[in-house]
Amino acid sequence: MRTAVWQHLDLAARKLTPFLLSVVLVILNLIPLQLPGYAAVSPHFALMAVYYWALHRPSLLPSGAVFLIGLLQDFLSGGPIGQNAAILILVYVVAVSQARFFYGKSFFVVWWGFMMVSLGVAAAEWLIACLLSGFLLAPEPALFECAMNIAAYPILGWLFVQVHRTLPREE
Amino acid sequence: MKEKSGSVVRVAAPMRSLAHRFAFLLLLSASIGLLMIGHSDPKIFDETRMALIDTTTPVLDALSRPVATASDAIDHIRELAHLRQENATLKAENARLLQWQHAARTLLSENNQLRTLLNFSGDQKVTSVTARVIGDSSGPFIRSLLVNAGARNGVRRGHAAVTGKGLLGRVASTGERSARVLLISDLNSRIPVLVESTRARAVLAGDNSRRPRLTFVSANAEVSIGSRIVTSGHGGMFPAGLPIGVVAEIGDAGIRIETFASPDRLEFVRLVDFGLEGVIGEKHTPIAQSSGPRK
Repeated sequence: MRTAVWQHLDLAARKLTPFLLSVVLVILNLIPLQLPGYAAVSPHFALMAVYYWALHRPSLLPSGAVFLIGLLQDFLSGGPIGQNAAILILVYVVAVSQARFFYGKSFFVVWWGFMMVSLGVAAAEWLIACLLSGFLLAPEPALFECAMNIAAYPILGWLFVQVHRTLPREE
Repeated sequence: MKEKSGSVVRVAAPMRSLAHRFAFLLLLSASIGLLMIGHSDPKIFDETRMALIDTTTPVLDALSRPVATASDAIDHIRELAHLRQENATLKAENARLLQWQHAARTLLSENNQLRTLLNFSGDQKVTSVTARVIGDSSGPFIRSLLVNAGARNGVRRGHAAVTGKGLLGRVASTGERSARVLLISDLNSRIPVLVESTRARAVLAGDNSRRPRLTFVSANAEVSIGSRIVTSGHGGMFPAGLPIGVVAEIGDAGIRIETFASPDRLEFVRLVDFGLEGVIGEKHTPIAQSSGPRK
């Protein structure tokens, strides 16, 4: 009886892992790494998490959870509320719809997919910033962030694979 | 039986995908709605934002320390290599600064004498709080910092954030134990400034780049590379004379300022209350009191 309860708890905890990990990454994203110019181009960890889990285990990260992660990021970073929520939801929709294509493909194909996604995200961020400020802004900061995202994806992707292995198989 | 369950699946699957699609649309429109609400009233989410930042402050505070320590250690090693050279530079600088100290002392006593003669009322009392930088809440189009001092330390919206070198930004919002500092390089930052030598007025506008732009400079104003830029004190946001930076380039992209204070590798900032109730400063009386008794 006791073991059954613990098993349930354990299973629940494992199922929550993708969401909780994403929340932790959103917070880690804020830590100043004391690198010159780092803040302006810090990689978007939550984006990587949403992309990975949407491709591999969308059932463990439902769209409501993605929305909450985006909102949390919006509130903690100084940006406009709703921006990351909208972007992450869109990324999630795109990734879930293309999951079949990426199924069983090598890491490089998944990485290529992420490049496309983060280019789209950079464009969306730039567009939102332009619309909200009413000026035509230089797009470079968004492109720098995009490059950082692409460079950081293999590291985070490796972490996600390790976590993924500990999760229960899909029913 | 088999057939029945099959038909259930056949009906359930499209229903499920429909529900999913509906959820996507709902959440997407909710986010866009939030964007629009936030755009029309930027202050509306401030309280929630600062409450959330307050909650994460202890975590960020703890995590920012080891990072700072590691970066300090790297600095120490790097400094060792340049010790001899740096010593020589510092000695030369020290000699020069001693002369300036002498000049400053003379001027100070002269100033005091003149002030007594004029019955000058003097500047208001300045108080400051030193806070640790715990977060970099910047994105590609936002430049801001989180610090671990808030309302309970006396920090209020509109206080100036300075480093030993110069002005860094201003406090944009405060929580109970944290505050967000909007940097002068942010898109939303506009600061009335003066060219120190010629007293020409201008506005320093952040545009997301490392070097903010000097705008609204009068046509006949003389600005040359190397001119020092200081706050003008207009608008009551900052006191006059806070150092900001020097003119670094004059060209097609406008007049660009290299700021003295840099947000990179920054561990501590000083949040200064100059006792000014400028355009963005909040009154020191809480809103609840001024809007009458609450039921």
